[in-house]
Amino acid sequence: MENRLIVSPSPHAHIDDSVAKIMWAVSLALLPAGAAGVYFFGLKALWIIILGIVSAVATEIILQKLSKSKITVSDGSAFLTGLLLAYNLPPGVPFWVPIVGSFFAIFIGKFVFGGLGKNIFNPALAGRAFLMASWPSLMTTFVKPFGYKYDAITSATPLAALKEGKVMEHISNLNLFFGNRPGCIGEVCVLALLAGAVFLLIKGYISWHIPFSFIGTVGFFTCVFGAKGLFNGDWLFHILSGGLILGAFYMATDYVTSPLTRKGQIIFGIGCGLITGVIRLWGGYPEGVCYAILIMNAATPLIDRYVRPRIYGTK
Amino acid sequence: MVRLEENKKFTENRPIEKLPLPKLVYVPLIQHLGKPCEAEVKVGDVVMLGQRIGSIEAKAVHSHIHASVSGKVLAIDNWPHPVLGTAKAVVIENDGKDQKAQGTVLRAQEEVDRLTAQDIRDIVFEAGVVGMGGASFPTHIKLNPPKSVETLIINGAECEPYLTSDSRLMIEKTAEIIKGIELVKKCVRAKEVIIAIEENKPEAIKDFEKAVAGTEYRVRVLESAYPQGGEKQLTQNILGKEIPRGKLPFDIGTSVQNVATVFAIYEAVYLAKPLYERVVTVTGPCVANPKNLLARIGTQFKDLISFCGLKQDPIKIISGGPMMGIAQYTDQVPVIKSTNGILLLDQEQTSSFTEVFCSRCGNCVRACPVGLLPTLINLSCKKKNWQSAKFYGALDCIECGLCSYVCPSNINLVQSIKRAKMEIPK
Repeated sequence: MENRLIVSPSPHAHIDDSVAKIMWAVSLALLPAGAAGVYFFGLKALWIIILGIVSAVATEIILQKLSKSKITVSDGSAFLTGLLLAYNLPPGVPFWVPIVGSFFAIFIGKFVFGGLGKNIFNPALAGRAFLMASWPSLMTTFVKPFGYKYDAITSATPLAALKEGKVMEHISNLNLFFGNRPGCIGEVCVLALLAGAVFLLIKGYISWHIPFSFIGTVGFFTCVFGAKGLFNGDWLFHILSGGLILGAFYMATDYVTSPLTRKGQIIFGIGCGLITGVIRLWGGYPEGVCYAILIMNAATPLIDRYVRPRIYGTK
Repeated sequence: MVRLEENKKFTENRPIEKLPLPKLVYVPLIQHLGKPCEAEVKVGDVVMLGQRIGSIEAKAVHSHIHASVSGKVLAIDNWPHPVLGTAKAVVIENDGKDQKAQGTVLRAQEEVDRLTAQDIRDIVFEAGVVGMGGASFPTHIKLNPPKSVETLIINGAECEPYLTSDSRLMIEKTAEIIKGIELVKKCVRAKEVIIAIEENKPEAIKDFEKAVAGTEYRVRVLESAYPQGGEKQLTQNILGKEIPRGKLPFDIGTSVQNVATVFAIYEAVYLAKPLYERVVTVTGPCVANPKNLLARIGTQFKDLISFCGLKQDPIKIISGGPMMGIAQYTDQVPVIKSTNGILLLDQEQTSSFTEVFCSRCGNCVRACPVGLLPTLINLSCKKKNWQSAKFYGALDCIECGLCSYVCPSNINLVQSIKRAKMEIPK
């Protein structure tokens, strides 16, 4: 018996979860939102999603091959990055956009920082920011839902309309909730996004701290400053439109780029909410979720440094 | 704190059984925190059960070692040791007679009542009693606090999964433990006594509540969560007070004693019996008949294992529980004073995990019962930045292992922190 005894340090027990399991669970939770996107924007949206994923996974394999490191695509993180990048694209973009975006997300957003777990910025959002800076008109041209049935009819998003001082009367909060509005592929259907989020919350893979403080802050901020006079803003409109729900539940919660402690996460969420509110109401862009998260990503090491749990037996 | 899968069902209802005496015992000369003892016997000597066979002259912290069978000393040599790898041990060939050493007389209650605190400490010292919850700190020192304590906490939490030796002792030896508590209370001059038991031991709770009815002792039922039985967690959860960094329980007016230790104190004082046997839980999915065994110190693990039978060969033999126990390289290691269990795991429970990148999920941070940032300590260790490891609290680690347990990336964080504790310049 002796020569087959295993000697290893304690503990000798381990939970069942793995990083791969969590990543795939997040991808699964995003499935309904993608399906809704395809429903509203047609098969082209599906192709964009597939190309985003394939490009991200292929980029990761090639980079890991070139750097002679272990191939780790089975952990699902590149898949998820590609998926999220595609969800953040307008449904009318040319097919090379998701390919270039995912390549950037994996190569510059993740690989050059040292790879898995070492990136400072959310890779999918880094990819989106790159596309936004390089091809702003492609990234801000949106189409109407079901437009694919006729000729693609371009339309402003509700937030962009608001920025120009127009209100899209025909889009009710209910339409916003179900996703019947122009927008990015994966962000429009709030209902589907929330269903996935509930699944992740129940599984314990995400916690309420970041999304609730993020969304709550956006709601509060836009209510206070969103219209003439204080406390007259249409906060519900702001919560339901743009990429807030997608960003708050699926991207701001990215483990690698958000704080470790619950307290730090609340600070992170409030920071994201404030920056989003400022950009939306007073900034040059109609939407600020992407930049808000990226800026708070940069603040994460600082938050971790100063917001630590109190060590037992110390004041 | 985290609720773990308890796995106590294997043995929690199995009454303590006496293990048939082994042919050979290997009694290590170090089974305590402090200096190793020197052998007081030679090869060829005949020793009695309970005879002192190891001690040292010096004032150094130590505890005596006693023969756990009567018979002939065959060798004094290095032998596998469950904690230290190898250590010097006295090998005794059992003559099967269990002849007791001279002068072992039971003490009547009146006699015990007349003992002073110092008398009790001396008896406990002579009997070689050490803390049986794991640390093996010599008990006579712990019974001599620099000032009187407010609260005496009797630790019956037994929060390690699988283990039931303390639990069975509490059920079967309730009255004896109460008598032992009385002795401890006298030594530490405690004003109040709290017996702490996890809620997963309803029978022990019931027995103790009955036993303390009408006395000033109190039973405190605690949530079954790991590491509830740690000294720091116990004082925090029972008294609402933390032991300040670098201090001892005495400093906040409390003393914590494990139930098995208290029982050993009872036996030392009332039965004049040195610590030469203890209850060991032999358990795990590989064991045919998991049991709680009363085994002599120095009995090899393989003797206990073969008495319980195997369903299949284990791939891991652990001295202690799954969270803090030590994996053994041989089944020839002997039971020592701190061996509360032998856990045998098969392939399924030992599937080796490959460490992957840290996703910064924060599980370790939330699980840590003392408020550390294990993943950041691990990163500091990888860069050999010991100052940074210290900054994130490495020196405060109680080594409970929860951070490694909850890590979805299979990083052995507690291992890394233990290393940092050794490397951080004093």
